[in-house]
Amino acid sequence: MFTPRKFWHPYVSPFDPCKPILVKSYSTPPSLYIQVQPPNLPQFDPHTALCKGTLWPLYYDPYHGPVEGKHPEVER
Amino acid sequence: MWIYEKKLQYPVRVSKCDPRMAKYLIEQYGGADGELAAALRYLNQRYTVPDKVIGVLNDIGTEEFAHLEMIATMVYKLVKDASPEQLKEAGLGEHYANNDRALFYHNAAGVPFSVQYIAAKGDPIADLYEDIAAEEKARATYQWLIDMTDDPDLKDGLAFLREREVIHSLRFRESVEILKEERDRQKIF
Amino acid sequence: MSKQMPDEYYQLLHDLQTVDFVLVELNLYLNTHPHDRKAIEQFNFYAQKKQVLKQQFDAKFGPLQGFGNSYSRAPFEWGDAPWPWQV
Repeated sequence: MFTPRKFWHPYVSPFDPCKPILVKSYSTPPSLYIQVQPPNLPQFDPHTALCKGTLWPLYYDPYHGPVEGKHPEVER
Repeated sequence: MWIYEKKLQYPVRVSKCDPRMAKYLIEQYGGADGELAAALRYLNQRYTVPDKVIGVLNDIGTEEFAHLEMIATMVYKLVKDASPEQLKEAGLGEHYANNDRALFYHNAAGVPFSVQYIAAKGDPIADLYEDIAAEEKARATYQWLIDMTDDPDLKDGLAFLREREVIHSLRFRESVEILKEERDRQKIF
Repeated sequence: MSKQMPDEYYQLLHDLQTVDFVLVELNLYLNTHPHDRKAIEQFNFYAQKKQVLKQQFDAKFGPLQGFGNSYSRAPFEWGDAPWPWQV
């Protein structure tokens, strides 16, 4: 399968003026990996589908804001 | 033609008076990757793409107008009862001087909407890749907007709109596959 | 205080939004998968459901759709507030 978020470590210079963000991330939504929807996918019930913004859980890609510094590998 | 339906696609709620957020949200109203640009881009391209993918452009273009109305509703509610003083504090003094609380098709920095945002090359593959890019850019804009608000109701509406960009991107990617005409041989559909 | 919409209005509106959303999703899917019979069946099932909800809404809260796609009582109800962005 795939992960909907990727992490990377920007170069940190001793001369950077702001407190460095050690880990940055970007979205890689499901539509990048499954570019053609297979038939008969499991569905959300109609009410949940409206709340999530899609009928198919496979293509649901929640976004909860920036996760800089929250990557498990670098958790202080 | 279009038939108006007296309802929003998704129930829009905002839970606090926050005119500064309205100033940022207007990016998706009259900005380069906003809903107006998207609607006009797809509905304009539909005239010259192969018949097999006209429906995709027609219907996604139509849905974008529903999203434009959702963004307008958010902005309308966020500034509706704000005082001129509050608007000034939110950086909307210049807007108020010229427009009061009227919406205007410009981006978050106040640059008026331009049709130069709308690509139409006439080459179906070039246009569909443009459309995929437009959806990914709009998705990113919704992320940055979600990052800037702590209003759970507003986040909820923006998350819905962001997810729709993911689905639209999928449909444009499928359209490219249809135009490649490999689908009957590969039995992927 | 101006006219307030009853809870039933919001409930019916939400039911419509729910059914219409399934229809939008299936419509976009079927545009690229026109041979999926099961999805077409589901689409027609929800299209039927939409008609029932629309008629309920029309009867209780005035025309849902313009240009003759909903009936009107007198005086002409289409222009009555609230509009979608106001509620």
